[in-house]
Amino acid sequence: MPKALPEIVDAYKQEGKYLTGKWIGKPVKTKESYRHIRGKGAFADDVQLHRMVYMALLRSPYSHAKILNIDTSKAKEHPGVLLVLTGDDIKKIMRRPFPQPTTPPARNAVDYPLAVGKARFQGEPVAMVIAEDRYSAEDALDDIEVEYDPLPALVDGERALEPDAPLVHDEVGNNVMAHVHYKWGDVDHYFEVADRIVEAKFHYHRFSSTPLEPNVAVADYDERLDIMTIYCNNQAPMEFLPQLAAGLGMPFPKLRVVTRDMGGGFGNKLANWPYIVLAAMASKILGRPVKWVETRTEHLQSATHGAERICYVKAAVTTDGEVLAVKMRCIDDDGAYARHEPAGITVWAQVVPGLYKIKALENDYYAVFTNKCPAAPNRGFSRAPHLFMIERMMDRIARELDIDPVELRLKNLVPPEEMPYETPNGCIYDSGDWPEGLKKALEAANYWEWRERQEEYRKQGKLIGIGVAVGTDSAGPNMGQVRMYNPRLPYSGGTEGALVQITPDGKARVTLGSSPQGVSHETTAAQVVAEVLEMDYDDVYVQTGFDSFTSIYTMHSGTYGSRFAPLGIPAVYIAAARLREKIIKIVAHSLGCKEEDVVLDDGQAYCKQNPEKKTNYRRIARIAYGNIPELPPGMEPGLYSIAIFRPPFTHPNDHNMANLALTYSFNAHVVVLEIDPETALPNILEYVVVDDSGRIINPLVVEGQVHGAAFLGFSAALYEEYKYDEDGNLVNSSFMDYLVPYATETPAFKVIHMETPSPFTPVGAKGMGEGGGTSIQAVINAVEDAVAHLGITLEKSHIDPDTLLRMIREARGEEV
Amino acid sequence: MSQQTFHIRVNVNGRWYEADVEPRMLLIDFLRDVLGFTGPHIGCDTGHCGACTVILDGRNVKSCMVLAVQVDGARILTVEGLEQDGQLHPLQEAFWENHALQCGYCTPGMLMSAYFLLKRNPDPTEDDIRKAIEGNLCRCTGYVNIVKAIKSAARKMSTRKQ
Repeated sequence: MPKALPEIVDAYKQEGKYLTGKWIGKPVKTKESYRHIRGKGAFADDVQLHRMVYMALLRSPYSHAKILNIDTSKAKEHPGVLLVLTGDDIKKIMRRPFPQPTTPPARNAVDYPLAVGKARFQGEPVAMVIAEDRYSAEDALDDIEVEYDPLPALVDGERALEPDAPLVHDEVGNNVMAHVHYKWGDVDHYFEVADRIVEAKFHYHRFSSTPLEPNVAVADYDERLDIMTIYCNNQAPMEFLPQLAAGLGMPFPKLRVVTRDMGGGFGNKLANWPYIVLAAMASKILGRPVKWVETRTEHLQSATHGAERICYVKAAVTTDGEVLAVKMRCIDDDGAYARHEPAGITVWAQVVPGLYKIKALENDYYAVFTNKCPAAPNRGFSRAPHLFMIERMMDRIARELDIDPVELRLKNLVPPEEMPYETPNGCIYDSGDWPEGLKKALEAANYWEWRERQEEYRKQGKLIGIGVAVGTDSAGPNMGQVRMYNPRLPYSGGTEGALVQITPDGKARVTLGSSPQGVSHETTAAQVVAEVLEMDYDDVYVQTGFDSFTSIYTMHSGTYGSRFAPLGIPAVYIAAARLREKIIKIVAHSLGCKEEDVVLDDGQAYCKQNPEKKTNYRRIARIAYGNIPELPPGMEPGLYSIAIFRPPFTHPNDHNMANLALTYSFNAHVVVLEIDPETALPNILEYVVVDDSGRIINPLVVEGQVHGAAFLGFSAALYEEYKYDEDGNLVNSSFMDYLVPYATETPAFKVIHMETPSPFTPVGAKGMGEGGGTSIQAVINAVEDAVAHLGITLEKSHIDPDTLLRMIREARGEEV
Repeated sequence: MSQQTFHIRVNVNGRWYEADVEPRMLLIDFLRDVLGFTGPHIGCDTGHCGACTVILDGRNVKSCMVLAVQVDGARILTVEGLEQDGQLHPLQEAFWENHALQCGYCTPGMLMSAYFLLKRNPDPTEDDIRKAIEGNLCRCTGYVNIVKAIKSAARKMSTRKQ
């Protein structure tokens, strides 16, 4: 039975006792916006410290080259320059390179924040300059002379596995970052009994969603207190604190990492820590604060890119359209270093069968090194590319079987009566009515009408394409999935922390373990606290960002993996609920009634029997902090509440089975577009999204996330792609040629909401910010649908007008 | 460092400031690092993102494309100058109410381009609005709520005038 066993469901079940709907579900204007609309956002680059100096980096123009010599003597003489360091200097200071997450031999790769011996991707830093001001630091870079011996570049993930391919890391001996072979369910049986095997190759292209704010670090070493304070925009400071501690030789209690407002992240700011380590080392050497701000060109060329994925997919299907099993052989091109990857070869396992009842899946999977920018997450990390393979495959199967792609999906979607649903690898899809969601989207986009008219349009020479895709944002990850490529990693479970305090003036103070990047955690956390503690939203003050000296954290803390709603919000809820219970005890004692008769209402409290006799949070707090004899006997003074939410996640077992994410939101995208037959330029005629993210805490925030996820996918499919030439030069490293759409190119997305609460979180909210990448698959399905009758198929997740025009002309037998 | 400097006098948000600047200093660096107006942001190095947009003598400009020495004697309005006597500008109110921002990094530039649009065209169509913010990139919102907010502000401003 695919329906999950009741004992598993019971173990995950959560209830929210204190939900009234007073604040949760309301379109409350966000706390964060009030700063931003007045130009008062607190971004890392806004930090100005006394005696602050600036760091600039000299980067390798070659993608792969031996570094024969670096002459820094002239740069050191440049006016204003305080310090110049090369990779060899850093190697001496750090003593050992960054710890590698991989298993041998990939583990032998040597990774320092400045290249040592050779450069492995274009833009890899080889030397750094610290100067009194930014302009002088950049000037001095020109005075550094580096002698390179260029080596053949490896720019193709498939080529990386060939025995004669150039070696990115000589110490590794091959280019394999990780290799796994997963088999869930009786794949061979289904391939034997299937009526038909459908095969395809797909290529998830290299792009990143490029937050508008580049990476920034300000490191401030205080010699008197021996404390290193880092202001930065890393999305998960606790992930890199071990690297920072190792690099500086300092213990955690001496390292204060602070994030405040962050100008977007999308996963791209998870692996900026090598730069933070450099700034911190320089600050320690100079005894002065050091600021580093990445330029846009540096960001696009050398920060991190979303991994590129190539998959050979085979599906075992029946003639009437049942998809039984899938076999895959995939390669992730993860670039030059394992700085967050190869996690991507396991993270997709949260969504093994996509949204379908596929019974078995096998994947022989490689992650490889190449001479390209290191890969790290991008919105929809690893699951979006996998859902791309599945959703594109569904369209191919439909075409081969001559079934409408929507009918095929409706036939195979997990039905609501089988929720919570256990996938072949042990993940639990928590709730949802997916067929209904898809139908709603089709109706809103007039799907059947467009299908009918499509043929007519074709006769008139018009190319109309209709693309449909469904997706899920698997959210609140069980980090233990990394043990599926390295079973020794001491990193598992999925947790988040929060502190809720009623301060002595009766207001609420909240700190979070997350590092938000524009996702309104201050607002939604305040709504939950206001609701549970029955107080005014304006009286709840949530600390902006993360501070390792004040935030309650675990090693999983941060903002990634759509984890705030499923993990962070429950921590806030539980902390507030515990505090509520303590407050009720104090009120009962103080007003002389039973606890169950205490009523909390709008920051005030009274006993049911005597509503006239009221107390309030300020008076309760005075007792708790200062007038201790009036507390119930034996009660600990103070009104602090710390909670760390722990779902009952386990390690993956010997068969790589485990529940890998806590909640599964749903979305369906329907895109109708027209391709100009002369220019191949796309024009979006209709774009509808149905979204079900469980219980909505704030509709403004949820809708904003749906818009954003749809936009970034649309943009990746039609505009954004990193293009490398055969020598490993990135040929589009600025906004001049790495195209990101303006308002004039962007369609108006229509959004329809459904609300199926998650049984696994106390508020019922699900993670949803990443959106599962559904728009990419929907847009590509639409483009392919527009030209499929010409015999054209699309392999990639990106299509530009030049390429498409060439395909159209070739298909029509015209000269290209 | 150690280059010749020029003395400039600039009015920002109604107040005059004087400073000695290097001829190569960009206006955005002058506003942020010298005067402390950190509302305008830097999001690119090619003049494409518009996060640094300010109003210079009545026109919207990308302040990364202007040198500080060029603005000697000029009047500049940054996002910090939109609020008057503690009252939010209708555009600011509309951006807040319509959730026209998420990370807030593009917002200061976006607001100034919208401000310039409504000065010229108090009743813009959706197309006018999209064209007016064509020089401003946003990565978070898909522009949906930005367009909605500008429309709503235009409506409110014309009602208030009547």
